[in-house]
Amino acid sequence: MSFSLDGVGLVHPNGHRALQGVSLAARGGERLAVIGPSGAGKTTLLRVLGAALRPGEGTVQLLGEAPWRLPAPALRTLRSRIGTVHQSPPIAPRLRVVTAVLSGRLGQWSAMRALGSLLRPSDLEGAHQALSRLSLEDRLFDRCDRLSGGQLQRVGIARVLYQQPALLLADEPVSALDPTLADATLQQLVAQSESTSATFVASLHAVDLALRWFPRIVGMRSGQVVFDEPVANVTEPMLAALYASEGGLPMQAPGLPLDIPSRTFTAASANSVERPDCL
Amino acid sequence: MTTAQSLPPRTPPGLRDPLARRRFVWLLAALVIAWPMLQLSGFAPSALFAPGNLQVIGGFLAGFMPPETAPDFLAMLGKATLETLAMATAGTALAFLIGAPLAFVTTRALSVSRIGPGPGRAQAAVVRQAGRSVLMVLRAIPEIVWALVFVRALGLGPAAGVLALAITYGGMLGKVYAEVLESTDTRPARALMESGSGRIAALVYGLLPHCGQELISYTVYRWECAVRASVVMGFVGAGGLGQLMDQSMKMLNGGEASSILLVFLVLVLLADALSNALRRLLA
Repeated sequence: MSFSLDGVGLVHPNGHRALQGVSLAARGGERLAVIGPSGAGKTTLLRVLGAALRPGEGTVQLLGEAPWRLPAPALRTLRSRIGTVHQSPPIAPRLRVVTAVLSGRLGQWSAMRALGSLLRPSDLEGAHQALSRLSLEDRLFDRCDRLSGGQLQRVGIARVLYQQPALLLADEPVSALDPTLADATLQQLVAQSESTSATFVASLHAVDLALRWFPRIVGMRSGQVVFDEPVANVTEPMLAALYASEGGLPMQAPGLPLDIPSRTFTAASANSVERPDCL
Repeated sequence: MTTAQSLPPRTPPGLRDPLARRRFVWLLAALVIAWPMLQLSGFAPSALFAPGNLQVIGGFLAGFMPPETAPDFLAMLGKATLETLAMATAGTALAFLIGAPLAFVTTRALSVSRIGPGPGRAQAAVVRQAGRSVLMVLRAIPEIVWALVFVRALGLGPAAGVLALAITYGGMLGKVYAEVLESTDTRPARALMESGSGRIAALVYGLLPHCGQELISYTVYRWECAVRASVVMGFVGAGGLGQLMDQSMKMLNGGEASSILLVFLVLVLLADALSNALRRLLA
């Protein structure tokens, strides 16, 4: 079991209830997309999975541990095995791209190595490789405040690729990318989860991207899991009900039909399913 | 009905700013507090311009002209300037060694236990509070008092001033460093700690790239303040320009005093230029 949540509920300090009775579990290497209207609790769910928020109700198991019962050093080790792609990449603007990518492994490095790497990057090759998977290798020595929003988002993704976590979380990882780049970037995240057997959970705004890249779809609304189905079982009425309050499905490429009934995207065929060739 | 219609239209409840009342109360409180303070301190600017007072001030200032330029006085002035610079620089450097680690301990921006919140939160809060109390004690006693104490212990000279500056300014630097770290964008550091990074790494990868400039310009500003403070401490025997100024004032030698004040002006300009250069370098 890569993670399991049981009856998790969370109320933010301002009194807003973000999660209610959420039970969700995944085996190692599974890929889940979390979809739902804005304010549904997707980000909070990912922060609970990242051991960044402690829920007030229910139990959390991450990578075989109960994070909130661990002593501080063990919790730190657990956190270093979880990688999060944040919606707006939290990267100090004066950092160079190479440093921002290498900071993915700060959880595994000693303080001495971290300080040394700030003066002389300790793994140029690794940073270059992570960036080249997102076609950003030419910006290796640029400062992060010289990048566009989409480039910065990919630096945040490269950092997590370099971290090589066992649990890979992504909060709207491609929201600032155009459709072609978004597909290519999701492909890299999926490839990473396949090659390292990392569990991959992503919240996505674009429903068509979720259906294309993920074998398992979790629909959320008002802090609750509305459905949790293999992609083949997701029907148009289910999606319509999920997004009823938003007046239509948010799509990456609104012109194309969703084409749900003909899909045969099952867990068994997930690896062999045709992927859009966009590079 | 006519009275009801002549009232201004009431704001609909959804559009009422929930902060408006609180802001008004704070403004009122500030006025209510500030007025008695001015009264208590006997602040009456008109007294400055009373004819008798203007004459006294004018006579005092006239004694400052022209600045003293005799070679042996200039030699003394040069030596005292160097002493003051050394006192301010050594004092600020020691203050940094005291303040920076305490800021690292007390700043909430680098708290791992607040994420979640996780284990050890109570202990961490106790340690932070203890660090903050140390900083408070350090800066509560003015440097001039420390200087008086150390002049007795170490004898006349700049060494007493260095120690006095180190203690008081250590407390100031620590407090302000911790607050600057908290008021900058703390999300990068938090994201790093959420993926298992340690506090030192989160500081240098997440916070310093963002607020290093501000920390440096505050430190240089404190050095500038230390130059000025060393003058006041000179009056109690801690050497440097202050001691020279004390002697000149006692001998009612306005020319010497104005030369010394000109040197201050140059030192402050120097500090400003240094701060600007460092900020440009780090931009």
